[in-house]
Amino acid sequence: MIQSTPKIRIRGLCKAFGPKIVLDGIDLDVMPGTSMVIIGGSGSGKSVLLRCILGLIPADAGTIEIDGVNVLTLPPRRREEVIETIGMLFQNGALFDSLSVWENVAFGLLAAGRRHGRRPSRAEARATAGRMLEQVGLDPSVGALSPAELSGGMQKRVGLARAIAGQPDILFFDEPTTGLDPIMGAVIDGLIVDCVRKLGSTAIAITHDMASAQRIGDQAAMLYKGKLIWQGPAASLLNSGNPMVDQFTHGRREGPISMELRR
Amino acid sequence: MNAVLDFIAALGRAALNLVRTAGALTLFGLTALSHLVRPPFYWRIFFGALIEIGFFSLPVVALTALFSGGVIALQSYTGFAQYHAQGAIAGIVVLAVTRELGPVMAGLMVAGRVGAAMAAEIGTMRVTDQIDALTTLSTNPMKYLVTPRLLAGTIALPCLVLVADMLGVMGGFIVSVVKLDFSAPAYIAATFAAVKTIDVTVGLAKAAVFGFLITLMGCYHGYTSRGGAQGVGSATTAAVVAASILLLASDYLLTDVFFSQ
Ligand SMILES: Nc1ncnc2c1ncn2[C@@H]1O[C@H](COP(=O)(O)OP(=O)(O)OP(=O)(O)O)[C@@H](O)[C@H]1O
Ligand SMILES: [Mg+2]
Repeated sequence: MIQSTPKIRIRGLCKAFGPKIVLDGIDLDVMPGTSMVIIGGSGSGKSVLLRCILGLIPADAGTIEIDGVNVLTLPPRRREEVIETIGMLFQNGALFDSLSVWENVAFGLLAAGRRHGRRPSRAEARATAGRMLEQVGLDPSVGALSPAELSGGMQKRVGLARAIAGQPDILFFDEPTTGLDPIMGAVIDGLIVDCVRKLGSTAIAITHDMASAQRIGDQAAMLYKGKLIWQGPAASLLNSGNPMVDQFTHGRREGPISMELRR
Repeated sequence: MNAVLDFIAALGRAALNLVRTAGALTLFGLTALSHLVRPPFYWRIFFGALIEIGFFSLPVVALTALFSGGVIALQSYTGFAQYHAQGAIAGIVVLAVTRELGPVMAGLMVAGRVGAAMAAEIGTMRVTDQIDALTTLSTNPMKYLVTPRLLAGTIALPCLVLVADMLGVMGGFIVSVVKLDFSAPAYIAATFAAVKTIDVTVGLAKAAVFGFLITLMGCYHGYTSRGGAQGVGSATTAAVVAASILLLASDYLLTDVFFSQ
């Protein structure tokens, strides 16, 4: 019964910036406890799609249902409550540079606690932050540093720790492994899979890395020219039978996509 | 004919833009204020801003006030000496400082220091997605970033101006006694005879309005900035320019309301 309602259900989502149409009628279902990988060329609108779901960018048309409720028509206060159940790793990390690393990681815990009246003490929050940092392969002593003192890949992992710290129902990852070395990338992929399997979270991940896409994803979809041109099991990404997906996943210069670009 | 129409169209566009900005600004300010009565309130951010505005602006504000008071004393001396009315100098200094120079000078200094810094900080947070990240971490960015700063500005500037008033009067006193050979007790007596409580309180009320406007401009321009480092740069400039203009315009209005009977 629960399985029959998608956790996230998007219908006819459109978004344009001025004359530039970025999303042009997106239909997407993500079932509870599964993860969806979205691939697509740079600038195809993957990040915009996640931002629309989060309500950070107003959508032009369409519906976005989370647990069967259309969030686009909810009053702001109710909508905030829905957004609160979503953890997001931003493409550039988006760490708060006025706070230390551990305060970044614990930010959501402290904020949610403040809202719901059972706020953890700072010492507790710091301990939790330390555990989260260990999970993403960072030494807890990193917690005392400021984000500006970290390398790009470390910032990304702190962003990841911050996103999963509150154990949210829904997780969005915008290129979680970009900028990481292959081993750390595999560790992070494993961590994402753990979040989905163990916590039962639902995830949408954007990635350009096909190996990672197959490790993380149950389902996959490809975004091209504002539409999802292909959806299927992530395992079949490399032999999808769709010429555009094939060209993309194998990184070939010749194919339907480059033809379009040259025209 | 077409040139005329183009001109009118351009004029109309400018007017519409002005109205739109004014509307957006009002909405922004009201939203921020509405968070004052809806918990939580972020005391950490509030005290941080209070220290930044109230404490770290003290040196600049103190120096400008001291020199302005001194300059007023010198200038009015050259004017009044012709009419043998030097005795009025103490009164001129204390009224000019408490009614106008204290609030306006402190306001302009704080606009340059704090308004710019706020626009730059919040603007950087905007263009690096930190404001979006706040939303996803159960935190309303207006409540977290804007409301505490507005309140801190509104409270801190009157405190600064109180200091500026005292130092401005002291500047006039030093110049009059050391350079113009006035008797110190007579100068002090003349000062207290000239000043009324209302002069000081209205000056402080002005300061509260200026403090609100300065932080509002800093937060608004930062919050709405787009387009990377360049966008943050122009937001910073816009915040200082808009704050300075609004400050002087509201100074005129407030003076008209309180002192023009
Ligand atoms: N705030 C905005 N204003 C105007 N245009 C925007 C805005 N945000 C995104 N765009 C445009 O939308 C398109 C899609 O952007 P998006 O960030 O979603 O790309 P992406 O698929 O995430 O690419 P990448 O893989 O490089 O991150 C881009 O062409 C971009 O120019
Ligand atoms: Mg992107």
